Amino acid sequence: MDNYPALIVVTPLLAALLAGLAAWIEERLSYPIALIGLAISMFSAFKVLMQVISSGTIHYRMAGWAPPMGIEYSIDLLNAMVLMIVVSIAFFNLIASYKSVDQEINDRAGSFYTIYLLFVTGLLGVTATGDLFNLYVLIEITSLTSYAMVALGDKDRGPLASLNYVFIGVIGASFYLLGVGYLYMQTGSLNMADVANILPGLHGSSTILTAFILCMIGIWIKMALFPMHVWLPNAYSYSPVAFARIVAPLMTKVMVYVMIRLMITVFGYDYIFETLNIADAVVWLATLAVLAGAVMALAQKNLKKMLTYIIVCEIGYMVGGAWIGNQLGMTGAILHILNDALMTFALFLAVGNMVYKLKTVDLIDLKGLFGKMPWTMAGFVLTAFSIIGVPPTCGFFSKWYLILGAFEAGAYHFAAALVISSLICAVLFFKVFEICFFEPMSDGHGHADLTPPVKIEEAPLSMLIVSGLVSLSLIVAGLYSGTIVNTVILPFLKLQ
Amino acid sequence: MEDLLALIVAKYNYWLYVILMMIGLYAMIAKNNLIKKLVGMNIFQTAIILFYISIGYKQDATIPIIQNAHGGQDAHNAVIHAADYINPLPHVLMLTAIVVSVATFGVAMALAVRIYQRYQTLEEDELRMRLSEE
Repeated sequence: MDNYPALIVVTPLLAALLAGLAAWIEERLSYPIALIGLAISMFSAFKVLMQVISSGTIHYRMAGWAPPMGIEYSIDLLNAMVLMIVVSIAFFNLIASYKSVDQEINDRAGSFYTIYLLFVTGLLGVTATGDLFNLYVLIEITSLTSYAMVALGDKDRGPLASLNYVFIGVIGASFYLLGVGYLYMQTGSLNMADVANILPGLHGSSTILTAFILCMIGIWIKMALFPMHVWLPNAYSYSPVAFARIVAPLMTKVMVYVMIRLMITVFGYDYIFETLNIADAVVWLATLAVLAGAVMALAQKNLKKMLTYIIVCEIGYMVGGAWIGNQLGMTGAILHILNDALMTFALFLAVGNMVYKLKTVDLIDLKGLFGKMPWTMAGFVLTAFSIIGVPPTCGFFSKWYLILGAFEAGAYHFAAALVISSLICAVLFFKVFEICFFEPMSDGHGHADLTPPVKIEEAPLSMLIVSGLVSLSLIVAGLYSGTIVNTVILPFLKLQ
Repeated sequence: MEDLLALIVAKYNYWLYVILMMIGLYAMIAKNNLIKKLVGMNIFQTAIILFYISIGYKQDATIPIIQNAHGGQDAHNAVIHAADYINPLPHVLMLTAIVVSVATFGVAMALAVRIYQRYQTLEEDELRMRLSEE
């Protein structure tokens, strides 16, 4: 079977259609359909990853039309890795979602699973495609589905958060579209590889410069790089937990992937770091993003909101690493796509478990949580260590590469920001642990010894298992990070 | 001054799209009413569609349909000059972009309805007041 690249994207799309239709007949049917669709997609992604590692880049022509006329899926090591991350997180989140969807939005479970599958389709398409305009359309599919999802969440604030997200999302996507328009005017092509072949002769052109800046601003808005992050915290914290768990780790990370793809494959290192002179400014912007994200997280009183600001901070890591302009920095940025996706997923799984039991996750509500939900908290602590960057968890290794890269390039401010933000994260998480250790106030009998031990009330088993597995995978990813760098990232960077 | 005027006249399509885009962006940022913001968003998207349409245009060119392509006497030996036909590709792309913008507008309108049902207002300052009261 040579059609695996197409199957990765097409199966969730067809499953979305079937799940939507099945929900009319019987609401309960849509969940197994979604599960099967994503399982097939995950299997295909795994096959593609193995094939790419053993025999190099796959060029898949949609419907047999050759590029630059037809749309091409070009899957190299970077794509294949991101595809695998996206589809496995989507699959495992679906397993954990069954119970929380049942609790939160059970009257619209059918539509939830349909939109969920469409969202995953969009993300996978963005990652797989080798065509600039196709990328725009798929970004919009992803965004449209997430607007709808955010509105499914909190009944009071969800729609307003979603509408603000629409306004900013449209501006971002339109800027990207405009950039592609300028690129097309000058090169006459939309295929990434083809554009990359034509561009070297046009390095002095101001049209290309405009195109580059417009594309980058569009993508930055979509990935919520500080100061374009204002939509993210509200949109993510008011969406249903089952959706927050997938959108938080994946949406921003896939946008970082798009940025790296545009930088490396389409415009090229030579253009960005030699012809243009803006890399320093972008690294400063990333430095600000890291610091601002960490400081704003410190000011939050709600756990979900706090974590969304940590995402803003982590985006700064990846953008800075990619723009430092050396191999170490880029390695760190790509490795951090994997690690941050896993870490954010694990954090939000833990939050999902808490929401399932507590309903709200204001920091005050978390008192005594270590006694009440020991397994969830164990996962949460492990993940927090990874975010802070304690070895042997995976968060340490990508930060290490980023800091080494920053030193090699002389970007000491960025290295300093990384260290400071790690410290702030440490403060942040230990503040949460401290609150969670407090026992709930006793009723004032004065016989503290006689209060019965706190009853363990854990989240459902399916959510706990997924949460535990993902938290453990942080250590596994940390231990194998050398293998990942040597088999995937370095060969990818050498080919460019 | 004359240089500038010549520049504006020669590339008036770009000027028009930039002006439209700025009108849309202004409405999205400065207007207080959510529906007015939505209209601004639509103007913003339409400006980009017009930009794409205009880059496909060529002087003295016609629609990209080849006469007698499917039969007729000299269908196969007719010489085709690309310069005689406008570029259809940007137009085709915009069909997709129009679909996207219609879908976005629809979703946004539905959200506005939900907000109105909940708060009985679409003015942003009133919404902010209501939210801070709660």
